[in-house]
Amino acid sequence: MSDFIQANLPYILAGISVGGQYALIAIGYTMVYGILRLINFAHGDVFMAAGLIMIFATASLPMYISIPLVIIATVLLGVVIERVAYKPLRSAPRMSVMISAIGVSYLIQNCALYFTGGLPRTYPAIPWLSDSITILGATTKRVTAITPILTIILVLALVLFIKKTKVGLAMRAVSRDFQTSRLMGVKIDTVISMTFIIGCLLAAIGSLLYFTNYQSVTPTAGAMPGLKAFVAAVFGGIGSIPGAVIGAFLIGIVENIIKGIGWTTFSDAFTFVLLIVILMVKPTGIFGEKNTDKV
Amino acid sequence: MKKVIAVALAAVTLFSLCACGGGSNSNTIKIGVYEPQSGANGAGGKQEILGMQYANSKTPTVEIGGKTYDVKLVISDNESSNDKAVSAASKLVAEKCSVVLGSYGSSVSIAGSDTFKKANIPVIGVTCTNPQVTEGNSHYFRICFLDPFQGTVLANFAKDELKATKAYTLGQLGNDYDIGLINYFTEAAKKIGIEIVGADQFPENSSDFNSYIARAKEKGADVIFAPCSTQYAQLIVEQANAQGVTVPLLAGDTWDSNVILDAAKGKNVKIYVSTFYAEGGDVAFENGFRSWINGDSTNLSNNGGNDIIAAVSVMGYDAYYTALEALKKAGSVNSADVLKVLPNTTYTGVTGKIAFDNQGDAVRDTAYIKTANTSTGVWDFVAVQGIK
Amino acid sequence: MFKKINNALNPSLRHPLDEQNKRTNKVALMIFLAIVYVFAILLDNVLPANGITLMLIPVLRKGAIYALLCVSMNLLNGFTGLFSLGQAGFMLIGGYVYAILTIPQASHAAVYQYFDGGIFQFSVTEVFGNVLGPFLGNVIGAIICIIIAGLVVAVFAALIGIPVLRLKSDYLAIATLGFAEIIRAIFQWNGIGGITNGSNLLRKYTNLDNLVWNVGSLNINFGTTFAFLIVTLCIVAIILMINSSYGRAFKAIRDDEISAEAMGINLFKHKMLSFVISSFFAGVGGALLAMFQTTIQAAAFTSAMTYEILLIVVIGGIGSVSGSCIAAFLYIACNEWWLRFLDSGYLGSIPVGFFRGGFRKVIFSIIIMVIVLFFSRGIMGDKELSFTGLLNKIKQFKNRKALKQAAEKEGE
Repeated sequence: MSDFIQANLPYILAGISVGGQYALIAIGYTMVYGILRLINFAHGDVFMAAGLIMIFATASLPMYISIPLVIIATVLLGVVIERVAYKPLRSAPRMSVMISAIGVSYLIQNCALYFTGGLPRTYPAIPWLSDSITILGATTKRVTAITPILTIILVLALVLFIKKTKVGLAMRAVSRDFQTSRLMGVKIDTVISMTFIIGCLLAAIGSLLYFTNYQSVTPTAGAMPGLKAFVAAVFGGIGSIPGAVIGAFLIGIVENIIKGIGWTTFSDAFTFVLLIVILMVKPTGIFGEKNTDKV
Repeated sequence: MKKVIAVALAAVTLFSLCACGGGSNSNTIKIGVYEPQSGANGAGGKQEILGMQYANSKTPTVEIGGKTYDVKLVISDNESSNDKAVSAASKLVAEKCSVVLGSYGSSVSIAGSDTFKKANIPVIGVTCTNPQVTEGNSHYFRICFLDPFQGTVLANFAKDELKATKAYTLGQLGNDYDIGLINYFTEAAKKIGIEIVGADQFPENSSDFNSYIARAKEKGADVIFAPCSTQYAQLIVEQANAQGVTVPLLAGDTWDSNVILDAAKGKNVKIYVSTFYAEGGDVAFENGFRSWINGDSTNLSNNGGNDIIAAVSVMGYDAYYTALEALKKAGSVNSADVLKVLPNTTYTGVTGKIAFDNQGDAVRDTAYIKTANTSTGVWDFVAVQGIK
Repeated sequence: MFKKINNALNPSLRHPLDEQNKRTNKVALMIFLAIVYVFAILLDNVLPANGITLMLIPVLRKGAIYALLCVSMNLLNGFTGLFSLGQAGFMLIGGYVYAILTIPQASHAAVYQYFDGGIFQFSVTEVFGNVLGPFLGNVIGAIICIIIAGLVVAVFAALIGIPVLRLKSDYLAIATLGFAEIIRAIFQWNGIGGITNGSNLLRKYTNLDNLVWNVGSLNINFGTTFAFLIVTLCIVAIILMINSSYGRAFKAIRDDEISAEAMGINLFKHKMLSFVISSFFAGVGGALLAMFQTTIQAAAFTSAMTYEILLIVVIGGIGSVSGSCIAAFLYIACNEWWLRFLDSGYLGSIPVGFFRGGFRKVIFSIIIMVIVLFFSRGIMGDKELSFTGLLNKIKQFKNRKALKQAAEKEGE
């Protein structure tokens, strides 16, 4: 065992770091799904947009203004998307909302293509975070080590928020039963907006960490992390926050070990195989709750 | 609702008709530009177009058979995708282009090829390096070198100059350029005694290359050959630096881009690329091109926000003049006439002398090797490398 | 709810006038198709090659192929209510099977340049060509290979369907999307490069432009006609399917799964049937797309391609065959022909700065969003376009006009 860890240390480290970033995106997916029963296909693109906003912001502003600005702009983007593209379809069939999400994703990608010209843009180096450090003999960026810690702190804070505050209570109520909670006087729109605010806030932080690690933003940069994060959310039981986080770390680590072994051709395919296996064996994921259909 | 759609469609149709109708008179000759402006190769395609547009701004007219024609570039976006290639090519045929330039990316070039063949329109490939582009075609020409040549040149360079004995190759799964070039590199490397210690293919839209670099380190490679597109190249450079990789990174013409220079600036990495053109080859051209790019915000953004000259732009520039040369020689705007004279057309451009062999490929026996200067952020010329 | 299903299941409850209308519509459709075929032959052979006809040919060919792809997706998503996103994966298999089977013997070395000429060393179209002559050989060989492509995909779909179809709506969507990605990775894998050519493209196989009949000095091109013919046959088959008792069961499943099951419809069997049939036609569509493109490469069959088809289905109307067909032609024509000027930098001959590369795609995605949000029923909703329906519309329009005029007169 220790031999295995020794040989695979760089891959495991990379995996933990990637997993942390997936986790931050996965929370956005899982919360939105928990409340709206909607796979928010545009979430990965919001994540990419956060990266682009950062690049444009740092071009003219100092870092300490840019970072809050990016977070605010990303949150706004998320709320606007919800208001414009999802809210009018609240009573429409689920398929229509999902199609709308695909449409939004398409729109964000094409806008990014238009404004950047399609060339990969270099993400600014954030001082301190992007310095090289050595952990257990492996050289890496400091952000690699920071990511999992920050992720866990944020997730704990989020869990506390959901467990202890009134808004959190409302969120739990809505995700349990949409109609009843509305009848009980929960302001559905506020709750949904709050969900998108939290999801996008975490996506923005995730994008800061992710792009500091991988300093290139292209219009499709959000697609893969988005899909992987979604798989992580399904894996952990969609709607469950700890589930999404554990799923994300697991996917990050296994994916990197597969690359280390040399089966790189199938490193993405593996993620989907895992998804399908989970869906077959335990469709509700590790921590998901059982749902029965009612007539 | 249906009425709204109907009205909108009618408006669109009208729009397009006036768009098609505008700007053509008997004294205009059209040169088609078959390039990606979106999709995976959109960035490279745009830079290639910039070269042609600059050439067009410098020489907007051509004298054919004693009559002066205005040259109009008709740009058709093939979206870097084979399924959009046919209609993009048809667009240029429909516009009655006398000759077509392009495309960046070999697979779209092959996909559009038959459409041009059917219409008897000659095509001058600018940087499509796959042998299959001209294979079996009499209408496809190209002014760049080919993958087998480039792969061999790079292997020779790795052996002679970098003194490499173990190489690691990395390419994008599903990208025929990467895989093809790696294939030829591997073939040549084995012949001259370089051992390939690892070969990986990463999936599309990957951004984590740490594990590949770790593998290369683990296997003790003394050169990493990664001729992938700039989107990934940038990340590979970053992550190689973060992992403290000191062995050289070697790549083909796709890496000759300001994106790579940006990524490498201030880092401790060694990057070598083979390319079509080395800076300083023609100072007058470079100065003119730079000031042209800086004079227009659209051009500047198409070039990635700065004025570093990409080799593909230079190739685009030369392709334009080669096309003009062929038009003059044909003495006619008819594409069939141009096709007849193209095999014997020669032109000495910024990237050197251009002539075609029997296959329609450029007769080029040397490639330039450049290295990224990490302190100044420009390319430094290293060597002219050929095949022994 | 039950009443609705009952109506759908029981044909005898339909109006007698419907039968007469049906006959009229059938005749009208046949006349329309006849005109289309004559036009297709004229377009390929007689009409002068100018700016419009040269663009019409690829747009019509691709539009027809996309019509089939959209109808096949609609069968699954619109008529059975299964939200599947595996279309691109199935098209990929169909296209590859077709291409692999028809690459001429002589071209193998050039196509499989890194794999020593590949494993298969024969071409179905050539085998038939040796017996029947090149034209008939190409046509019959191509048809056989298209059917094989469809069957291979159908078998594949059946295998995937066993686990996947037990999943509910969005999970099904994401699982099929996952399968499409896995298929793409497998086809690009060098390990089976001798068959699929790895990451490199396949070419030189029999394509639409090879379908030329040489009679004496006459060369008649059947490219567009061939594409239309296959597509018509397939769509007619799908329509027959939809109107059969199976089709009614599909719709019952779509409207309410639990009630349908309560009424004795075997859910899994019918879902599987719909999935396999839809996939078969996706495979056929993939093969036709390969014929149209003249080259095929796995890299192009991304989830973006599935989304594109899905959006066309939405534009046409989920649950409408004719809507899908109309939307497919409109979409292809707009995307690949009419809206190209948005990228050109000019409006007419006036230079417009923001009309640069990529602008077309932005406008296009905005149009799509507008349709999804404000016209979510699409062009046709879940209705079908029919001759009598059109006549009625015109009549209504005239009546309304007449009423209006009468009202105005009275007002005076």
